[in-house]
Amino acid sequence: MSENVLKMQNITMQFGGVVAINNLSLDVNKGEIVSLIGPNGAGKTTAFNVVTGVYAPTNGAVYFNGTEIVENYPYGKMKKLYAGSDNGKFTKRIEPTPDKITKLGIARTFQNIRLWKSQSVFNNVLIAKHLRRSSNVFSATFRLNAKEEKIQREETAHLLNILGLYDFRDELCTSLPYGIQRRLEIARALATEPTLLLLDEPAAGMNPQETNDLTSFINKIRSDFRLTVFMIEHHMDLVMDISDRIYVLNFGALIASGTPAEVQSNPAVISAYLGEDKNA
Amino acid sequence: MENQITKKPINKDMMISFTLLALLFVVLVILELVLPRTSILFTVLKKGAIYALVAVSMNLLNGFTGLFSLGQAGFMLLGAYTYAIFTIPVAARSQVYQYFNGGLIQFTLPVFVAMILAGLIAAGFAFLIGLPVLKLKSDYLAIATLGFAEIMRALFQWDKIGVITNGSNLLRKYPVFKTTIFYFAVSGICIAIIVLLINSTYGRAFKAIRDDEVAAEAMGINLAHHKRLSFVISSFFAGISGALLAMFQTTIQASQFKSAMTYEILLIVVIGGIGSVTGSCISSFLFIACSEWWLRFLDNANLNITSLQILRPGFRKVVFSVVIMMIVLFYQKGIMGDKEFNLGGLIKFFKTLPSQHKLPAHLKLAKTKEGK
Amino acid sequence: MEFLTTNLPYILAGVSTGGQYALIAIGYTMVYGILRLINFAHGDVFMAAGLIMIYSYTIMPLWISVPFTIILTVLLGFTIERVAYKPLRTAPRMSIMISAIGMSYLIQNIALYITGGLLKNYPKIPWTSDSITIAGAITKRVTAITPFLTILLVIALVLLINHTKIGMAMRAVSIDFETAQLMGIKIDSVISMTFIIGSFLAAIGSILFFSNYPGVTPTVGGMPGLKAFVAAVFGGIGSIPGAVIGAFIIGICENIIKGLGWTTFSDAFTFVLLIIVLMFMPTGLFGEKVTDKV
Repeated sequence: MSENVLKMQNITMQFGGVVAINNLSLDVNKGEIVSLIGPNGAGKTTAFNVVTGVYAPTNGAVYFNGTEIVENYPYGKMKKLYAGSDNGKFTKRIEPTPDKITKLGIARTFQNIRLWKSQSVFNNVLIAKHLRRSSNVFSATFRLNAKEEKIQREETAHLLNILGLYDFRDELCTSLPYGIQRRLEIARALATEPTLLLLDEPAAGMNPQETNDLTSFINKIRSDFRLTVFMIEHHMDLVMDISDRIYVLNFGALIASGTPAEVQSNPAVISAYLGEDKNA
Repeated sequence: MENQITKKPINKDMMISFTLLALLFVVLVILELVLPRTSILFTVLKKGAIYALVAVSMNLLNGFTGLFSLGQAGFMLLGAYTYAIFTIPVAARSQVYQYFNGGLIQFTLPVFVAMILAGLIAAGFAFLIGLPVLKLKSDYLAIATLGFAEIMRALFQWDKIGVITNGSNLLRKYPVFKTTIFYFAVSGICIAIIVLLINSTYGRAFKAIRDDEVAAEAMGINLAHHKRLSFVISSFFAGISGALLAMFQTTIQASQFKSAMTYEILLIVVIGGIGSVTGSCISSFLFIACSEWWLRFLDNANLNITSLQILRPGFRKVVFSVVIMMIVLFYQKGIMGDKEFNLGGLIKFFKTLPSQHKLPAHLKLAKTKEGK
Repeated sequence: MEFLTTNLPYILAGVSTGGQYALIAIGYTMVYGILRLINFAHGDVFMAAGLIMIYSYTIMPLWISVPFTIILTVLLGFTIERVAYKPLRTAPRMSIMISAIGMSYLIQNIALYITGGLLKNYPKIPWTSDSITIAGAITKRVTAITPFLTILLVIALVLLINHTKIGMAMRAVSIDFETAQLMGIKIDSVISMTFIIGSFLAAIGSILFFSNYPGVTPTVGGMPGLKAFVAAVFGGIGSIPGAVIGAFIIGICENIIKGLGWTTFSDAFTFVLLIIVLMFMPTGLFGEKVTDKV
C-alpha cells in the first residue's frame, strides 16, 4: 500500500442553493493513475476546482502528502442554505489561491484548452516555470538573473524535446493541430514540476488513434516524471486501459469505486452511466 | 520573438535599432544647433517624448497585462506636483505660495532626486490602491481608476492642503531643462527599462495574465502580486512623465490633469497598437504633431473656400476625432498591431504593400477567437 | 427640525438633481445590462440634447422645439450605437469601450466647434422656470416637478419591461446574449430600442437639468454623466430601480454637502462613494452575484 498523495475528505460544494458535490471523499496514492468518471454535470471538474483552489469548498478538507491544504465550513449566508452532510465536523478555513497549490506540487490541465494564444510553444512552457524563479523583478529586468534564465530555458527545451514538441517551439500555439495543443497543455503543467498531475478530459475531441497515443503518453510521463495522476475522462477505452482505480460520480455523489473490472460490473454504475452509451 | 534557447546574443534587429537610436541623437543635436529655440518642431519633439513615455507605461498596464486602467492622468499629476514642490528654490517660495505664507516645505532636493521621487510617490499611491482596485472586473477597474484620478485632481486643488500644493494656484519657478535631448534621454532610458521588463520573465508572466489569467494562476503565477507589480511600475513611469511635463510646461496646475488627458493617452496607445512599444512611440509623435502642428491650417479662418466658414478654430479637433474613430473602428490593431519594429518586418511591409489588406492566417484566427 | 428648515432648499435641489441623474443613469444601466458596455458617450448625448434645444429654440417656438429636441437626441443615440458599437460587437471588451471614449471625444469636439467654446444659455421655459415657494424655501417649479416626472417615467419603463414583448426580449438579452439570439430574438432591434429609450430619457433629463443650471458648455455632460454612472453602479448595474435610487441618494447627498459649505468636494463625494461601493459591494444594492465557470 503506497503512501497517500491526495485525500479529499467530506467535500461538499454548494453554489447558492445548488449542491454540485455532496460529501465526496476519495484517495489517490503515490504512483497511481486514478480516474474520476461520471455523466456530464456530475461535478467532476468542480472536484478538480476544489482541489486546485479555484473554488473554496462549502464544507470539507483536502490533504496533500498528509498535510492539510484546504479546509472550510459553512458560514454567513451559507449557514442557512447548507444542504449537505457532516455539518460541524470542520472548524477551520484554509482557502489558498490556485497559485499556492501549484507551488506545492499539484498541476492541472483544463477541459477547454487554455493556452496563452499570443505566445509561442516555447514561451508557453517557459512561462509555466516562472513560479520556481528566485529572482525578483529588479534582477529580472536588469538581467542580473542570467544564469537562472539560461537554466530555465534549457529545461524548457529539454521538456519540449521529451514530449515531441521541440520542432514546434517557435510556432504560435493557435496554428497547431488540436492533438499537439493538448500535448502542449500537459507539457505546460509538467513544467511547474508537479508530483500530482490533474488531467481534465485530456482525450476530449480525439479520435481512437489519437486516444491510443495519449494512453501511452500518459503512461510514459507517469514513469518518466514519477507522477501520480488523477484524471477526469469520458473515453472509456482510455479509462479502463490505464487506470489503477476509478471513482464514479453521479449528481455530485460518489456511487461506486474500485478497480476497472469492479466498476465495469457494478450495476449502479451500469444503470447510471455505462449502460447507455459507452463513448459518452 | 525569442528563439534562442541557451543564451540571447545581440541579434541583427537589436543592432539596427541601436544604430537608429544613435542616429536619432545625432540628428537631434544638429537640429538644436541649427533651428531657433522656439521652433514648433522642438515643442512637438519634447511633448512627443513625454507622451511616448506615459503611453508606453499605459501600454505596459493595458496592453501587456490586460488591465484596463484609466488613472494615468492622476499619476502624472502626482509626479508633476512632487517634482515641482520639492524643487522650487527656497527663495522663490514666498512668491509662488503667496497665499500660503511661503508654504510648508522650505527645502529643495536635487533635480534628479526629485524626479525619481516623483515616480516613487506615484508608485506609492498605486501600491496603496492597488490591492482592492485590481480585483475588480475590467470595466469596474476602468471606472475606479478614473475615479481615483478625479479625486486626486480635486484633492490637489483643496486649499486646506494648499501649504503643500498651493491649492488651485499654479506651481512655478521650479528648475527646468530646455534641451530636447534631455527629454529624449530620460524618456528613452525609461522606455528602455520597460522594454527590458517586458522581455523578462516577469513581462512574460504579465502577458500570460493578459491572455488567460485563470491558466496563469493555475501555473503558479500569483495574480494579485503580479497585477499590482504591473500597476506600480506603470504608475512609477507615469509619475516620471508627469515630472517631465512639469518641466516642459514651466508651470503646472492640478485642474489641467483632467480625464480627457487620460483619454488622449489611451487613444495614442490604441492608434499605435495595444501591445506594441514601438507603436506607442510612433503614434505619440504622430498624435502630438497632428494636434499641435500639422493640422493647424484647419483652424485658420483665412483659408475658407466656401462662404460657410467651415475652417475655423475647433475644426482641427473634429477632423482629428473622426480620424481616430476610423482607426478604432476599421483598423483596430493600430499601426503596429502587437508587433515591435524589426527590419525584416519593414521590408516585408513595403514588399507586400499591394496586398496589404490581407491579414496573415494565424492573426485572423487570433482576432476572431479573442474575447475576455 | 432646525436642520430641515435651513437645508430644505438643498434637499429639494438634491431630490430634483437626483431625478435628473436618474433619467441619465437609466440609460447607462440599461446599456450595460445588455451589452456589458459603459457608454461613455451617454453623458455627451445629454449635453448634445441641451445644445439642440438651444439652437432649435432660436428658430422654432417652444412647443415644436421640445419634441424636436427629443426626436433628434433619440436619433443621435441610435446612430451612435449603429456606427460605433454595432461593428465591434464581437471585438474584445476593451475595443468597444475605447470606441465609446472616442465617440465621446468626437461629440465634445463637434460641440466645441459649433459653439466656438462659448457658454450657451438655455432658454427659459415659461412656467417650469418660475419661482415657487415650498415650505418656506424658494425654488424653481422645475425642482418640484422633476421627481414626480422621473418616477412617472420610471414606472412607465418598468411596465414596458415587464409587460410587453419587447420588454421581455430586453430582459432575455441582458441575461444571456447568445442564447437570446439563438432563440430568434432580433438582437439589433432590442439593442436599438435600449439606446432609443436611454436617449429619450436623457433628453427629458436634459430639459429638466438645464432649466435649473442654464449654462451649456461642450464638457457639461462629463460630470452628470459620470455621476449618473456611479448611481447605476451603486444601485447595481443592470437594475433600473437600483439606478434610480442610487441617483436620488447621490443627488441629495451632493446638495447637502454643498449646503454644509464643502462645495469643492461635492464632486469628489461621488467618486469616494464609487470607490467604497466597488470595494465593499461591487454588485451594488440590487445587483446579482455571478460566479465564473472555470
